[in-house]
Amino acid sequence: MSPVEQPRTPRQDDGPADLADLLHAMVRIRVAEETIGDVYRDEQEMRTPVHFSIGQEATAVGVCAALRREDLVYGGHRCHAQYLAKGGDLDAMVAELYGRRTGCAAGRGGSVHLTDLEAGFGASSAILGEMIAVATGAAWTFAEPFDRTEGRLGRIAVTFFGDGASEEGVFHESLNFASLHRLPVLYVCENNQYSLSSGLAARQPAGHSITDRARGYGITARRLDGNDVVAVHEAAREAVRHCREGRGPYFLELDTYRWREHVGPNRDHEQGVRPAADVESWMRRCPVRRATEALRATDPGIDARVATWTRQARAEVNAAIDAAKASPFPAVSDLLTGTYAT
Amino acid sequence: MRKIAYFQAIGEATVQAMEADPRIVVAGQGVDDHKGVYGTTTDAFARFGPARVRDIPNGENAFAGIAVGAATTGMRPLVVHTRDDFMFLAMDGIFNLAAKWRYMFGDRGGAPVVMRGIVGRGWGQGATHSQSLQSLFGHFPGLYVVTPASPSDAKGLLMNALRSEDPVVILENRGLYELTGEVSEEPFTVPFGKGRIARAGTDVTVVAASLMVHEAERAADALALRGVRAEVVDVRSIRPLDDALILESVARTGRLVVADTSWARYGLAAEVAAVVAEHDPGMLRAPVRRVTLADCPAPVSWPLEEAFNPGAESVLHACLELLGEEPGNGPRMEHVMKGFVGPY
Repeated sequence: MSPVEQPRTPRQDDGPADLADLLHAMVRIRVAEETIGDVYRDEQEMRTPVHFSIGQEATAVGVCAALRREDLVYGGHRCHAQYLAKGGDLDAMVAELYGRRTGCAAGRGGSVHLTDLEAGFGASSAILGEMIAVATGAAWTFAEPFDRTEGRLGRIAVTFFGDGASEEGVFHESLNFASLHRLPVLYVCENNQYSLSSGLAARQPAGHSITDRARGYGITARRLDGNDVVAVHEAAREAVRHCREGRGPYFLELDTYRWREHVGPNRDHEQGVRPAADVESWMRRCPVRRATEALRATDPGIDARVATWTRQARAEVNAAIDAAKASPFPAVSDLLTGTYAT
Repeated sequence: MRKIAYFQAIGEATVQAMEADPRIVVAGQGVDDHKGVYGTTTDAFARFGPARVRDIPNGENAFAGIAVGAATTGMRPLVVHTRDDFMFLAMDGIFNLAAKWRYMFGDRGGAPVVMRGIVGRGWGQGATHSQSLQSLFGHFPGLYVVTPASPSDAKGLLMNALRSEDPVVILENRGLYELTGEVSEEPFTVPFGKGRIARAGTDVTVVAASLMVHEAERAADALALRGVRAEVVDVRSIRPLDDALILESVARTGRLVVADTSWARYGLAAEVAAVVAEHDPGMLRAPVRRVTLADCPAPVSWPLEEAFNPGAESVLHACLELLGEEPGNGPRMEHVMKGFVGPY
């Protein structure tokens, strides 16, 4: 029996993460989401719409491994991977999905309103593009003199959003403001090509990328393969350094693909939403598989370790599910609590 | 006590609050310019400069969210909209983020953003520059909404807002900016949810907000000449609403007129009537009357605008009707904007 490795997130400091740690984090997130998806479908007890990141774990893991714990991450509706990659508490997330008092938002927010301030996950939301503005506002705070230590930037803000959110006015207004004031904010566009069931070609003019538009605001921007966790991590480290040195915002467009439907655990290509060949092509570019293959040459035991991590993650998620179900619902007498400060 | 104008009271509150709390930053279009939002940000800019009184790009949608991001990480943004109509562009950030932040994320902290919105009135401000949005903002749990009618309340409510742990919308009627009144030089706060009796009376209660408090008082003057004693209740706060004060007054007078600068349907006037009806309709000796805007967008042409806006005369007539008296041939009342010199 292999020694038990505690599930962990990659180191959150300025050094490069080990590929094995990045892979471990991706496996854990993959297993968590797949397990949650099955239970969600079979039990019908998590009464909150869930948006899975299955297939696009490298973006969240590669970026968050380049951050410090005190940096604040903001996500959109597809936020489980980002929350977990930043070190968000799994038990609290699962309890939130079950609407329990022990949930990270005390059962008030659900799947799309995750938060874990201790881990540096600020918030996520279900309105497209909202958190682009909120992260920009957080970066405004981080640029203020009172938030600095010895005159240096202490924290940066990061926001994940999809290609769909880049069509919202709030995207453009936020980038304009951040560039104008050189705010320490990293914009991470997870371009998975679909908004609900509408492909990019139906929504954005061909030949003009989202990265181009970010550059139009004077923001340093890069576009790269979002399923290559090492490339994502290296690009994120450069981006974070740029922000932390006070050189203004940075923009990353990461090409990736979600395997499941927009919301829910099903595979929408089975309903003809997308060509099955496209999905299969992207599944061959699975970030977990690619990282495993990259390690195999130098680490022949990697497959066994992945198998172990998978078992451990499944046990961890199942324990979180059991704990959530054993937890109390919020008291109905507390229905109004939290509307205003008391 | 010394007297200052309404706009000066806002400016003084801003400076005093910023002196006490380095986290407060004023942000808005033109807050640093030669007019300083009708003089309300001029002193703050002179005192604190562009680092804390910040001109911002056009982009109300994002800025509402930016302010929430700043507020939830330690700043205290005071966002100024020179017309509250512009806040329609900011509604997502206000309603979906600021108002819900504390609740939606499990009561781990609020979004203490203060938003000033100025309501235009008259002078051809027209359909999109003169709307009073208290009924809209008042609908949403999680927000505080206030409508100061006097210079003293303009200062006290703003200072209270800048100490709030939750988001606050302050609606200021442009027609009140030159109004003078006694205001304490010391910092002070006026609590949310507490109305005031602007004028005591026994025969009819006029519940009013913002500019209509003054119109109601002018109507009360005219009524007094006829021996009718009208009580004027200034709600001061739209959310929460001081139900107790309204009910106590109507219980004494038995008659209710509600005067507001927004529309009747689903509005503040409807809400006040509902509060009374739900509590005890038996205390009403006459039907409720709502004195509000005509049920159309605001026109520009002068005579149409005159007919559109409620004023002291319409309050007067509503009160007389409830008392079963004829309007008669009393002196015609002066226009609330008398003496105003443009540009607006």
